Amino acid sequence: MKSLGSIRRSFAPWADPASKPFISFKNVTKKFGDFTAVDELSLNIYTREFFALLGASGCGKSTLLRMLAGFEQPTSGEIILDGQNLAGIPPYRRPVNMMFQSYALFPHMTVESNIAFGLKQDGMPKADIAERVAQMLKLVKLEKFAKRKPHQLSGGQRQRVALARSLAKRPKVLLLDEPLGALDKKLREETQFELMDLQQQLGLTFVIVTHDQEEAMTMADRIAVMSYGKVIQVATPAEIYEAPNSRFVADFIGDVNIFDGTVATAEDGRVRVETAGGVPIRMASSQKLSTGARAAVAIRPEKIRVTRQAPQHAPLNAAEGEIWDIGYLGDMTVFHIRLKDGKVVKASSLNAVRAVEDPLGYDQQVWVSFGEDAGVVLKD
Amino acid sequence: MAKWSRFNIVSVILGFGFLYLPIVLLVIFSFNESKLVTVWAGFSTRWYAQLWHNQSLLDAAWVTIRVALLSATCATVLGTLAALALVRYTRFRGRVLFSGMVYAPLVMPEVITGLSLLLLFVAVGLDRGFWTITLAHITFTMCFVAVVVQSRLLSFDQSIEEAALDLGATPVRTFFAITLPVIAPAVFSGWVLAFTLSLDDLVISSFTTGPGATTLPMKIYSQVRLGVTPEINAICTILIGVVAFGVLVASIVTKRRELQRERDERAAFAAIG
Repeated sequence: MKSLGSIRRSFAPWADPASKPFISFKNVTKKFGDFTAVDELSLNIYTREFFALLGASGCGKSTLLRMLAGFEQPTSGEIILDGQNLAGIPPYRRPVNMMFQSYALFPHMTVESNIAFGLKQDGMPKADIAERVAQMLKLVKLEKFAKRKPHQLSGGQRQRVALARSLAKRPKVLLLDEPLGALDKKLREETQFELMDLQQQLGLTFVIVTHDQEEAMTMADRIAVMSYGKVIQVATPAEIYEAPNSRFVADFIGDVNIFDGTVATAEDGRVRVETAGGVPIRMASSQKLSTGARAAVAIRPEKIRVTRQAPQHAPLNAAEGEIWDIGYLGDMTVFHIRLKDGKVVKASSLNAVRAVEDPLGYDQQVWVSFGEDAGVVLKD
Repeated sequence: MAKWSRFNIVSVILGFGFLYLPIVLLVIFSFNESKLVTVWAGFSTRWYAQLWHNQSLLDAAWVTIRVALLSATCATVLGTLAALALVRYTRFRGRVLFSGMVYAPLVMPEVITGLSLLLLFVAVGLDRGFWTITLAHITFTMCFVAVVVQSRLLSFDQSIEEAALDLGATPVRTFFAITLPVIAPAVFSGWVLAFTLSLDDLVISSFTTGPGATTLPMKIYSQVRLGVTPEINAICTILIGVVAFGVLVASIVTKRRELQRERDERAAFAAIG
């Protein structure tokens, strides 16, 4: 078996202008009365992609998924799947299957009949159904539970039945609506990797809805960050994290320190920003910014150094402060450092060496500093 | 455990006495040897044996059972559909009015229901008899079914219907393969309720009946006007038995399902732990 990495490293159909999208949302709007759940949204998803819709609750991500499944009709705009316009096609005639957040298992049927249900609707011969069901049970490791009813299963087992049922018909696209929300943390992490393996193994397109950024980062090839019915950024997890296109995305994904200020100079791919707190920052950036424009610099906590001595490049990209809070997490330590103007900067450092006594303690005067490629300059 | 105070004991005895003393008396006197209803003359089942020779009583019983079976079945279909419409289509025009109208017969005096139905049947020129009684019973028992089924549908997870649609089942198939089996216990209790209500209805039947269609309660009522006979006691005892049995079966069915589910859930959790 090939490892995931060998396949994934070269997988980037979205970067290739010649590749045709498998699913296309074209200016899709969905209104519920006065409320606009999805707002003029356009989005392309490619074959075999593991695509995540990420956003806070009420951002329209579930509505988008339900429109793809056929449970909601767009108020305007088009959804194209594999060259076919989905308008007017009822859910029972769409080549997509969905795994529901509540699992939605049929309570009066056994595990076996649940999985066979979709196949029966297609009029598949009995022998073929039995074979496919056995195959699906094996895939999700539930062979022993074939005759049980859903209420005789644990949460994790129910989740597997739901997965097997939605995969049994070999849909072109599998839609997953918060599939791991009801599982505990450890089981959730295991299942994330299982889902990724399964998706590669079966060669399907997965579209997953989640509010858990770690889940999206772990599993997805690309993530669409949504807010108020709009897509703010679509990119790979690394791009989303390292090169967010807006303050919203920078703030939504992971921890971040944001320094507001005005552009002093912008030339040769470097931008100098005078921040409100008086910290002069120089950052590598290809953004076209004019002098005097408002801008913000976003820097992740792990890219900020904490030292007792002033760094050589001080006062540029450096500030003096006092350790305000220390959070020891075992693998790393998070510092909250209060700068002179009262701004609190978050910095985290990996505990690469075993040291019971940290040289940095509460109330200590320290310097925080960062390199010229540590952060992202965002237009305000 | 809470102690039984004297007050509690007295109130329980009074309460149950009020409810069951008349019934108990009736049942006891149905086994009375004497022809005089109020004088005990020893145990006997002769009145039950005599019932089998009273053709008019048997005829009335047969009419009653036919009406009850037919009207309960029709009322269950209509009531279930009404409940579905009320729970599912929350946005149609006039929903509040419609739901109010479905429930009105619950509180409407029977005399008024009976009279208005009689006027309707006369107005449309329908010959009164078996069919008019059945129609009238469908009308007034339907709302009871609707109430029972509606309360079940409110706690129904609609995503299982969406899952069925998603897996390729048409809406009609989804209803018969998924929705109906899941709400079946509620539909069944609705049917039993409708059946027993129809079985012992007197007022509405009296208004809507015609020649040749006499139900058992009507027969009993008309005979009692000529004096209570031990035979009447016997037939009433049987009626009580049938109704009590129906209610008992319905409650046992629901109770057992619940117990089974609890046991299964415990087993599932034990298997994880």
